[in-house]
Amino acid sequence: MLNFISRRVFFAIITLLVVSAVVFAIFSFLPFDPAALSCGQKCTDQVIAGNRIKLGFDKPVYIQYLLFLSGIFFGRSYGSGSAAFSCPAPSFGYSYNENACVTGLLREALPVTLSLAIGALIIWLIVGVSLGIVAARFKNKWPDRVSSIFVLLGTSLPTFVTGLALLIWVTIKWKLVPLSLTGYTPLWENPYKFFQFFILPWITLAIAFAALYTRFTRAAVLETLGEDYIRTARAKGVKERTVLFKHTMRAVFAPIITLAGLDFAGLIGGAIITETIFNLPGLGRLTLRSTFEFDLPVVLATTILAAAVVIIMNLVVDMLYAVLDPRVRI
Amino acid sequence: MAELLKIDNLQVAFPTDDGLVRAVDGVSLTLGEGETVAIVGESGSGKTVTGLSVMGLHKKGAAQLTGSILLKDGDRNVDIVTANDEEIRLLRGRAVAMIFQDPMSSLHPYYRIGNQLAEGYLVHNPGKKKEALKRALEMLDLVGIAEPAQRADEYPHQFSGGMRQRVMIAMALMNSPRVLIADEPTTALDVTVQAQILILLASLQKEFNMGILLITHDLGVVAQVADKVSVMYAGRIVEQGSADDVFYKPKAPYTLGLLKSVPRISTHGSDRLKAIPGQPPSLINLPTGCAFAPRCEFASHAAGDICATDRPELLGSLPSHLSRCHVAEATRDSIFIKELKEVR
Repeated sequence: MLNFISRRVFFAIITLLVVSAVVFAIFSFLPFDPAALSCGQKCTDQVIAGNRIKLGFDKPVYIQYLLFLSGIFFGRSYGSGSAAFSCPAPSFGYSYNENACVTGLLREALPVTLSLAIGALIIWLIVGVSLGIVAARFKNKWPDRVSSIFVLLGTSLPTFVTGLALLIWVTIKWKLVPLSLTGYTPLWENPYKFFQFFILPWITLAIAFAALYTRFTRAAVLETLGEDYIRTARAKGVKERTVLFKHTMRAVFAPIITLAGLDFAGLIGGAIITETIFNLPGLGRLTLRSTFEFDLPVVLATTILAAAVVIIMNLVVDMLYAVLDPRVRI
Repeated sequence: MAELLKIDNLQVAFPTDDGLVRAVDGVSLTLGEGETVAIVGESGSGKTVTGLSVMGLHKKGAAQLTGSILLKDGDRNVDIVTANDEEIRLLRGRAVAMIFQDPMSSLHPYYRIGNQLAEGYLVHNPGKKKEALKRALEMLDLVGIAEPAQRADEYPHQFSGGMRQRVMIAMALMNSPRVLIADEPTTALDVTVQAQILILLASLQKEFNMGILLITHDLGVVAQVADKVSVMYAGRIVEQGSADDVFYKPKAPYTLGLLKSVPRISTHGSDRLKAIPGQPPSLINLPTGCAFAPRCEFASHAAGDICATDRPELLGSLPSHLSRCHVAEATRDSIFIKELKEVR
């Protein structure tokens, strides 16, 4: 186990280094001059030249990359004298548009995206898995047909349609959930406001994923019900309810966990559409805005963060699998 | 000898999009205490469907059952065909148990062996967890698994095929059932392991005084352990009698074909395997006459084309040895003895 984890962590670090180097290279070779972008409306060549030195864009690309890496571990300071400022470790660079350290921006956005993703994950797992079980249990009967309509709608309606529809009807027409103008409130400060703020974004994301999970669970349950060991359980005289919820679900559980882990990782990288529709100040919106504003350090940081989350979740899923499936020993 | 199981005119049909599949058509047999009755036949002849019917394991709606399957449970006889789901569930694993063909896939991969065994006991003795685990260890020991306490904590993938079949047998015997259905119990195993499993089954049969319904296509296995044999073809029994009768004095052409097609290590190394020509018929469109007629080399011995037009009944000059054939029994006896001599 320890051997497995250390090996995987080692490869995770290598992967992250490669990803960050590639992303860094792409952004370095874009036909933009970051020093020019960093300078406001009243721009002079002098200011651009000054910024270039201050932000380190005068150095060769590989030195810039090494400076970026060292910033993650040791922090980084820019300029000198009275105009000097620094971003403490872990520093992912300096956003010249926001005039702030990138780490600070991530720190503000990450809790929002995490809250969105975790809430949606819980809802879609509960809804998707239960509907999938019901559909499999009553295969080709009306509950199965109803769930297949849900699957069809959920998979074919894009989030910007469901999201906007929820916003228009639930918030504006029926006024069931107030339009949140105050913005994000952490759970521990005001749980009520937190839920009010997130309930519609959660549902929006959950609908799309729940539909996929319904289909997946239904197929997995039906396949498992046909296994020889399920027939063995029935031959022992086990109740049909126990056959379904114990013997069958135990086997269906592992692949669902895998799927959920990877989908969750994907959401951290940015539920861009949902965050934009509901004006959530999360990572997705941060990435989108930074892309439009050519705020390259922020885009670089969010890309690397998304990659890191995917790599970490893969590791977590593999470890969970070893716990769930006795045949897998690591 | 008390009768444990009596199947009478059992018919099992499965409605499909292509038509009604008559998997079992008028099967009757009895099984007594300490007795081994073998059902022999090729794939698709209805052997396993018969076994699953006794367990009541056919899906409601998917299978249409008629006839009766009387199973002895204590002092009463329960008809599996008409009993409700809950009644049958309470019989399964207690009055009648089943071991399956493939021990590799018949054990749940995620649960420990000990718990899988104990579950069978707990289902019928709720709340007695301690006894269940104790019983599990006893049964593992009984089927010849060394260090049962340690092995009970392991998972199926840590067992070899033969060991898993032993576990399956132990699991089936957790509640000391009177009837055991063994569906091709040795087919998936190595030949050396096959013999061990058969010896084990025979010794357990003595100990528990069980009736064993042995479903197999392996004539070697039948010869070793069966008391009575029913040969099935296309969902019907074509010959029924004691093992000795069926092996040494076969009366149905199909049985003769089976016996002749057993590969032998002979001095004539160049002899070809004497397979039965043709294919078994589709169970959806059975021939109107004898189902075996298109493949039968003796059809010409019958009067006219009766083999193609009329379905033969299961008859015999001795009530203990029945067969389905239009050719006169005396004619068959004289031809078959010669034929058998050639191969033996």
